[in-house]
Amino acid sequence: MALLEIQNLHASVNGHEILKGLDLTVNAGEVHSIMGPNGSGKSTLAAVLARRETYEVTQGRVLFDGKDLLEMDPEEAACEGLFLAFQYPVEIPGISNAYFLRSAMNAVRKYHGEDELDAMDFLPLYKERMKLLEMDEQLMNRSVNEGFSGGEKKRNEILQMAMLEPKLAILDETDSGLDIDALRIVANGVNAMRSPKRGFLVITHYQRLLNYIAPDFVHVLVDGKIARSGGPELALELEAKGYGWAEENEQVLPA
Amino acid sequence: MATVAQRNYFDAYNEVLAEGQEHEPVWLRQLREDGWARFSAKGFPTTHDEDWRFTNLAALARTPFRRVAKDEATVSERDIKPYRVAGAACQLVFVNGYFVPELSDAEKLPQGLEVCALRRAIDCGLDECAPGGIEQHLGRYADANRDVFVALNTALWDDGAYVRIRRGAQITRPVHLLYVSAGAGAAIMTHPRTVIIAEEASLCTVVEDYVSVGNEAGFSNAVTELVAGEGAVFSHFLVERENLASFNVSTLRTEQARSANVASHSVLLGGALVRNNVHPVLAGEGAECLINGLFAGEGRQHLDNYMLVEHASPQCNSRQFYNGILADHARGVFHGRIIVHKDAQKTDAKQTNRNLLLSDDARIDTKPQLEIYADDVKCTHGATIGQIEEESLFYLRSRGLSKADARNLLLYAFAAECLNRMHEGAAREMVETLIKNRLHELAQSTAHAAAGGGSNAAEEETQNWEEVG
Repeated sequence: MALLEIQNLHASVNGHEILKGLDLTVNAGEVHSIMGPNGSGKSTLAAVLARRETYEVTQGRVLFDGKDLLEMDPEEAACEGLFLAFQYPVEIPGISNAYFLRSAMNAVRKYHGEDELDAMDFLPLYKERMKLLEMDEQLMNRSVNEGFSGGEKKRNEILQMAMLEPKLAILDETDSGLDIDALRIVANGVNAMRSPKRGFLVITHYQRLLNYIAPDFVHVLVDGKIARSGGPELALELEAKGYGWAEENEQVLPA
Repeated sequence: MATVAQRNYFDAYNEVLAEGQEHEPVWLRQLREDGWARFSAKGFPTTHDEDWRFTNLAALARTPFRRVAKDEATVSERDIKPYRVAGAACQLVFVNGYFVPELSDAEKLPQGLEVCALRRAIDCGLDECAPGGIEQHLGRYADANRDVFVALNTALWDDGAYVRIRRGAQITRPVHLLYVSAGAGAAIMTHPRTVIIAEEASLCTVVEDYVSVGNEAGFSNAVTELVAGEGAVFSHFLVERENLASFNVSTLRTEQARSANVASHSVLLGGALVRNNVHPVLAGEGAECLINGLFAGEGRQHLDNYMLVEHASPQCNSRQFYNGILADHARGVFHGRIIVHKDAQKTDAKQTNRNLLLSDDARIDTKPQLEIYADDVKCTHGATIGQIEEESLFYLRSRGLSKADARNLLLYAFAAECLNRMHEGAAREMVETLIKNRLHELAQSTAHAAAGGGSNAAEEETQNWEEVG
């Protein structure tokens, strides 16, 4: 059984159709990269999968680990093991990173009928994972993302992923705005999380991130549909020829 | 033709005078007479009065509140127990305005702290009680001519607390003053009066806590005069958690000497119509005050915060921060007035009011008012009104938190800004728990109402200007 199975997905926002019949299958252990020009629907796909309510699914179906994802609330999808690393992580003044993350982990544990983690169980793990992301321990007591640099925010997303240990992680342009050092750290974090039980959907505009996170499959999203699919070499070809090339070739794709 | 309500005030005044005939000193009787003269001449203010523009007192004015006799209502330890504060230095309990020694605990006080009922402090007649006697302080700062509620309190007060912190004493545990309204089958009125003298270089925290036993409407009209000596560090907490039928008007008037540092924390959670006046006068050079407030209302609660900060000396610093959370048809008022007197050069005054409206019918009126007579001052003001942001809610939910928990967490985060301005200790822990519980109720009760709200995020900056002269 596939980890994620998307069939003929159509979705709109404010009556404007953005995804126009998207098909995609991700198996556990695979890293899929979704590339595409701005406005092609990459972030919409991420938001729909994370069950953001402002997006309306008009057609199609999505199975997540065999269950109907489109029937789930955002919190249900999260508890079932879906994680979205935000393109623009939200600042929440007044709530510390540690408190927030422990609340989240306990919500997931409660969903699965497990005991809550107390601070003694939580902190050592948190500190260890912060090291992986090369983050200063003092950040744990600071408000969620408040006053964080762009790089710190993205590392914080990957840190949350590392703690929540999802089945499927969706990275929405996690590389955008990062310098080379931050990019390397983020990629190390992701690579450390790769496992035969976990799938990744890495959404990016640029090929650069894929130098650090080697994908098994690359898909090009154009106008709400997958226009081309291939191996890692597709990303390099795109980088060389530009998105115009993928769009032009859309018609000649094999069915 | 007097209404029943008006006759009740008149009867109460005559009772108080008659009861005090034997033992009240002349100066006190004079204060009462002046207060009564003022109240009977002016009556309650209307919305035509600039200071009461957003708060209609018609319901308060027409309700016939009654002054009750001392033992008319019985309140037991069991009734009080939920309101006790763990870790307090002492607790004074007042029921319907009368001190109840059996429920109080002020026997073993830390050195340098004196706490007793105000009436007792006056009756004992010792000038020891305060430098120059209580006469030097009571009624000297809170101005009955400015405010009819102060006038009414001055005429009618039965009892209250007297707190003195001796020079240099460092009292780390809070003094808890519990004012209980216990309905006696009718709407009752009480007029608690508190005098706090924080002497030079002392440190202390006092919590004034207003609660009700039972569901009957009551009217609490409290006045507190706080004198902070040179270099004193003082925190005052006002906690309003009466039942949702109550009327509560409270006035804190502080007089700060040179380099005194006073923090006023107002936490308004209960009551039907609540008005909290905070009026610090920065009388000595380099004095500093923080006026911090949180108000959270639902249903038809009306929570009015009125501040008058008077900068009367140079180099003083004042900070006002109020956060409001309003659900259903609740209404809030932030009215912050700053007066910088002629000699108060290098004044630095800042005022911030942030509000979260949880429904379309909730309302906040926010009004800054500045009167500057000095020419070298810095005054800033900012107010925002917003809703819970859909973006933040989604972020929390995407990590597994339920919608109600996510709302609760965001409300708490908003309130935490106020909590973080309080010094750590038993008083802060107490209000933290109260606020958490209250917000939990608000998050649960409004989760449905907001579900259809969609993505109306964005916090709006309504006003923001700076005046630097």
